[in-house]
Order: sequence, then structure tokens, then C-alpha cells
Amino acid sequence: MRKSFGNHLVLHDISLFVEENEVVCVIGASGSGKSTLMRCINLLEPIDDGQIFLDNQDISDPKINQDKARSQIGVVFQQFNLFPHMTVLDNVTLGLRKVFKVPKEEANQRGIELLEKIGIPEKAHTHPDRLSGGQQQRVAVVRAIATNPKLLLLDEVTSALDPRLVGEVLQLILELKGNNTTILMATHEMGFAKKAADWIVFLHQGQLIAQDRPEIVLSNPSHPALKDFLSSEIKF
Amino acid sequence: MSDPASDYTPSSLELDRRTFRKKQTTKSVIISIISTIALAVVIYLTLSNSSGWNRVRETFFNGEYFISALPEVLKGLLVNLRILVFALIGTAILSLLLAIARTTRTPVLFPLRFIARAYTDIFRGIPMIVLLYLIGFGIPGLEITEGRIDAAQLGTAAIIIGYSAYVSEVLRAGIESIHPSQRAAARSLGLTYNQTTALIVLPQAIRKVIPALMNDFVAMQKDVGLVSVLGILDAVREAQIEVAHSFNFTPYVAAAVVFVCLSFPFIRLTDWYSKKVQQREFAQGAF
Repeated sequence: MRKSFGNHLVLHDISLFVEENEVVCVIGASGSGKSTLMRCINLLEPIDDGQIFLDNQDISDPKINQDKARSQIGVVFQQFNLFPHMTVLDNVTLGLRKVFKVPKEEANQRGIELLEKIGIPEKAHTHPDRLSGGQQQRVAVVRAIATNPKLLLLDEVTSALDPRLVGEVLQLILELKGNNTTILMATHEMGFAKKAADWIVFLHQGQLIAQDRPEIVLSNPSHPALKDFLSSEIKF
Repeated sequence: MSDPASDYTPSSLELDRRTFRKKQTTKSVIISIISTIALAVVIYLTLSNSSGWNRVRETFFNGEYFISALPEVLKGLLVNLRILVFALIGTAILSLLLAIARTTRTPVLFPLRFIARAYTDIFRGIPMIVLLYLIGFGIPGLEITEGRIDAAQLGTAAIIIGYSAYVSEVLRAGIESIHPSQRAAARSLGLTYNQTTALIVLPQAIRKVIPALMNDFVAMQKDVGLVSVLGILDAVREAQIEVAHSFNFTPYVAAAVVFVCLSFPFIRLTDWYSKKVQQREFAQGAF
């Protein structure tokens, strides 16, 4: 896969495989192209070359229904991006109701179940701005998984949270991993990546420099850029 | 066992601060009372000492003429209200279509975007009264229909055409103020472009521009008084007729009063609604 913005080449020679029910973590410095990779996979940005397959279907083919492809992929953003004019429950059930045409009562039932899972069913009828950052991000996660997507993209979902709230959100992601969810996750949480990832990918200046199992990537950095990145994490 | 809430007594420092704040409040209340009285006295003295005041009071603020003109003016106001209701609905629909046409990025809709842009450029420039003349007298001149077209309908159409140009720009500003991440979040759920516009972008956009929309609405309320130039018997026209009978201008003041009374509840209503939305959706209230 390849992607550029004007003359600026953001991603090139990207080749990546995410196994079903696995968690793949994408690490790399800010500006290395992690977010762009996420946006490309979700078809929010058109790619310049290459192919993206979801469950053996080429979703980068412009002839397919892109909205339908997107509905198979859940996304959680760094800044939550909940809809401020809707209640928490309506946020969670929006995809079910409007994309999958699930009747409202059924959707609400599923929505409440999901809110119970993250421990805030009593917040169903409040608006997102009344929640803490950690609660908002957990709502964003269950909004993304409400429709049982084939792939869940997590784009630095803990970067806007304080350490305790980071824990809440990472705990939820660990639970999802246990529940057979396929996750591609851009993150700066190295400890979490080491613990939860089945596969780690290192992006450097738009290129995939290293990818392997976490213990190999993190303990035996093969490339100087990766070595540099990992040591700078600890240096502070 | 100590309850931190009941055991608490304010420190002497805090008590001093409270006394100081109370003093400050009393002081500002007294100052505002004095300045209000002073202003009232100045206005009263200026008016009562001006040589023409008695004549002005007789011709503009005559209670007798006011009362005798009021029923006619109110009867005319019903015409204004009817025009207002239709103009409001028409403007809402047309301006929304224009705003959506101007904000879409689909190449297929380029001609529509171009037309919408030309429309807003042209019709915002034409004075309302000229637009009323052009449509009110120009359309019947085309002789499209067999019978006579009701002047009130033509007036309503002119107001819709003129106001849609303004309101669509307000709506466009609202639509463009919604951060693209909201659209991205909606599209990533699988919502289509149109669903995203209707369910995510417009509801937030309209809420953001409600004060500006209400401003335009109040302006429209009084501009419906301009349809009198087409000979429609509305509040302004009725006042005019009364003035012509009596050579006293009080009926115009009566018309002014009923228009103010008409807009006042709407202004309060929007203030109340904006505040309610603010409180519901934002944890911190309005500062």
C-alpha cells in the first residue's frame, strides 16, 4: 500500500497481515504515519496504490460499496469523537439503527448490555460531555463494536487520557481480545503492547521497518531506528 | 466520628472575604439605581423642555387615536402573521437546500453549487423592497396564469426568495463549523454521506447558529410589514389608512408596538431554548 498527500509521501511499501482474532499493535513516533494507515484502512482516505483486503474482499476497489465496507470496520479515535447532540445510548446504537436497520427496541437492548459491560448503564440517557474522559472513550469503544465489526481499529485511543483512565480503557481492550475481536491498534503504550499484542509492527517515516511477535520486536530490536525509538521511550 | 460537612466553620479569612463581597454587591446596586434615575431625569427634562414636544406628543402618542387604530392594525397583523408562517416554512426549506448544495463536494453537483452561490450573491444584494416590486408586479406581468395571482402569495414568495439567501449563508457557516472528525466518526460507523449530513452535521450545525437564525427571523417578522407596498391590507397598510383619515401619526406607533409585541416572545423563547441545550449537553454551563 502507498499513500501520499501532494508531494509528501506518507506511507509506502506497506505490507501487513492481521490474523483473525488477533491483536496487532502499530508503534512508531508521532508523524510516522500510524493515523494515516488507520484512516486508509477505513477508507476515510483513498490510497494511491496497493490493495486492502477485509475477509478476502478487496475493499480498496472503488467499484464496491464503501459505506458497506466501512460498516464492517469499527473505529475508535484519539479524541473520542462522540456525537455531542445525542445521548450516550443513541451514540452506541446509531450504527445498529441506521446502518443495520435493527429495530429501535432491540438496538437499545443491545446498547444497554454494552453500557453494562463498561459499567455505566445509568449514564445511558445523559449526553457525552457529562462523562469523564475514560468513560467517553469506553463509550466510543462500545459504539465501535456494537455492530460486531470484522475489524476494530484503535487509533491512539489512550493518548488523551490520564494514567488511571488509560487503565480503564486498556482493561476493556483486553476483555475484547478475550472475546474474539480482531484489533489493529496504533499505540504509545509499550507495556500494553508487550502484554496484549500478538504481533507488533514498527512504522518509521511511512515505512514498515520491523514486524514480528512482541518479544522479538521489543527485546531484540533489529533496526537502528527501532532501537532508537525504544530507547527514547525509556530515557525520560 | 466527625462529619466534615457539619463540623466546618469558615475561617476568619473567609468571613472577611464574605463581608467584603457583600459590601461590594450593595455598592453596585446603589450605583445602578442612581444612574438609572439620573438617566430618566435627563430624558424627561430634554423632552419636556424641547419646544416641539407637545406637538409631537399630540401627533404620535395620542391615546385616543391609538385605541381607535388598534383594532384595524391588529386585523392587519393577522395578514402579516399568515404571510410570516408561510415565509418561515418556505425559507427554512429553500435555505437548507441552498446551504447543503453549497457545502457538498461531489463533482456531480458542481452546477448546483454554482447556482446556489450565484443565488446567494445576487439576492443578498437586492433591497427587499425592490425584490417585492419586481416579484409583486413582474410575475403577474408574465401572465402565466389565467386569473389574478393573490398579492399576498407574491409577497410571501419575495420574502422567501430574499431571506433564503441570508439564512442559507448562516446555515452554511454552521455546517462548516462542525469539525470534520464528527463526519469521520459517522462515516466510520458505515453511515452514508446523506445520513451523516442529516443525523450528525445538521443537528449540531443548526444548534450552533440558532441565535443568528433567530436574528434573521426577527428581521423577517418586521420585513413582512413591507408587503404593504403591494397593496396588501396588512398592519402597516391599515395604519397608513388610519393616518390618512386622521392626519395623526399615532397609528404608526400602534403598528410599531404590535410588531415589537410579536417578536418579543420569540426572542425570549430562543434565549430559553439555547440555555436549555447548553445545560443539557455541556458539563460546564455558559460562562
